[in-house]
Formats: sequence, structure tokens, C-alpha cells
Amino acid sequence: MSIWEYANPVKFMQTSGWLLPWVVGATVLTLVPGLVWGFFFTPVAAEFGATVKVIYVHVPAATLAINIWVMMLVASLIWLIRRHHVSALAAKAAAPIGMVMTLIALITGAFWGQPMWGTWWEWDPRLTSFLILFLFYLGYMALWEAIENPDTAADLTGVLCLVGSVFAVLSRYAAIFWNQGLHQGSTLSLDKEQHIADVYWQPLVLSIGGFGMLFVTLLLLRTRTEIRSRRLKALEQRERMA
Amino acid sequence: MMPEFGKYTVTILGSWGATLALLAGLILVTLMRGAKVKRALKAQEERMKTDG
Repeated sequence: MSIWEYANPVKFMQTSGWLLPWVVGATVLTLVPGLVWGFFFTPVAAEFGATVKVIYVHVPAATLAINIWVMMLVASLIWLIRRHHVSALAAKAAAPIGMVMTLIALITGAFWGQPMWGTWWEWDPRLTSFLILFLFYLGYMALWEAIENPDTAADLTGVLCLVGSVFAVLSRYAAIFWNQGLHQGSTLSLDKEQHIADVYWQPLVLSIGGFGMLFVTLLLLRTRTEIRSRRLKALEQRERMA
Repeated sequence: MMPEFGKYTVTILGSWGATLALLAGLILVTLMRGAKVKRALKAQEERMKTDG
């Protein structure tokens, strides 16, 4: 049994159909408690006041915004090297989810920045690289729509994804690379000395897990839709030619 | 039940409201397009089966 069997659309539809109810269940069981815990049952922080509650939506969205692009990069490389259609369609399906996550990170960051930094926006390295990542998501989605031939679209968006990966990496490490700007370093760290107190950390990890499971759920649903859409177009074309 | 956010009410409710609205929109669009494509594919397959 090889992992490449799942690149077969029929096999993917069977497996994802079986998986979906479990993934939806896991999403509900992680996302809802994570958000409720973060919103209602976390204390006010000494340094940030009640604004600490923004991290339960901001950090998971920002984490996913970067990691979804990395997932798209892997899927695009699989398409470019091995020509598996499901991987190209999975990258296409993931892009709107990543775009929404980036937008959430930007909006919630602006809401948090206003009282904390005294401004909604600053041309800080991390904020700017996130804005560029958001524009890359929009460009990626627009390119898919602009090209009629799906294989050509997958090739060109794959190349765009490679280029955009630079900004995904920059978004993650900008605060470290430049060591300047308003945005602080990572909220989560493996170093016990650095990461936030357990009372904030535990619901945050649950929220990140919930957002991650929501991404998997939406990715499976959207990839299934892309596969069906591709088949529909093929059947319509066959009917026209008959 | 609703926690007290004091001067940060707009910050917190604004960011959570925007997040939940965007996530709900994304889920809704995903489900609606999924159902639409599924219906169209089924109709196409039925038509082609009938037409031979």
C-alpha cells in the first residue's frame, strides 16, 4: 500500500468520505471548547489586560495562514514533480482557507494593535510580510481562475506558490530576522522560560488544534468539490463532442 | 455570563466578531458550492445515462 494510491481521485473520494464525519467530530470537540475556554474562562493578563483574549483567534489564524501556504507548497511540488491531479486540486482548495486565515490574522492584529501600540497598522516587518502573504493568496486564487486549461493553471500556480513561500517563511521569522518593529516574538515556545503561562497556553493550544482540524475538514470538503467539478467539466466536454 | 472587558470591549468583541463572521462565511460558501457542484454532477451523469 503506497501513499500515492490516495492521489487517485476515486480512492481519495472513498477515503475522504469515510474520514469526514470523524474529522468534523474532532473539529467540534477541539474548536468549540478551545474558543469557549479562551473567551470565558481565562484571567485578565497583568501586561495586556483583557486584550489577551484576542490571542485565541489571532495566534491560531496566523499559525494556519503560514502553514497552509507550506501545505500548498508541498502539494504543488508533488504536482510539478509527479503530476498527481489530486495534489494540485488540494492546493487550489486550500488557498481560500489560507486567505481567510491571513485576513483574520491581519484584522485581529489591527484590533489588538490599536490599544496596545496606539495604531491600527504599522509597516512592521511581520505585519508587512503578512500583508504580502495575503496578496499572494489573492494572486494565487486569481491565477487559477484566469487560466482555462487546468494543467497549465496548476503549473503556473505551482510556480507562484514556490515564489510566495519566501514570504510565508518571512512572515514566520520576520520578527527574528529584523529584530525590530512592534510585533513581539513567538507567543508559543518550546522553551518553558519563554512561553506564556499555562493558564493561557492550554486553551491556546486547544484553539490552535481546533483551527487545524477546521482546516482539515474544509480542505477535504473543498478538494472533494474540486474533484467533482473537474469530472463535471470533463463530462460536459464529452457531451459537447458527441 | 458575559465577561467584563472594560475599555477593551471593542478590541475583543471586534476581533472575535470578525473572526467568527469570516469563519462562518467560509464554511457556508464551502458547503453551498459543494452542494451545487454535487447536484450538477449528478444531473449530468443522469442525463448522459439516459441519452446513452
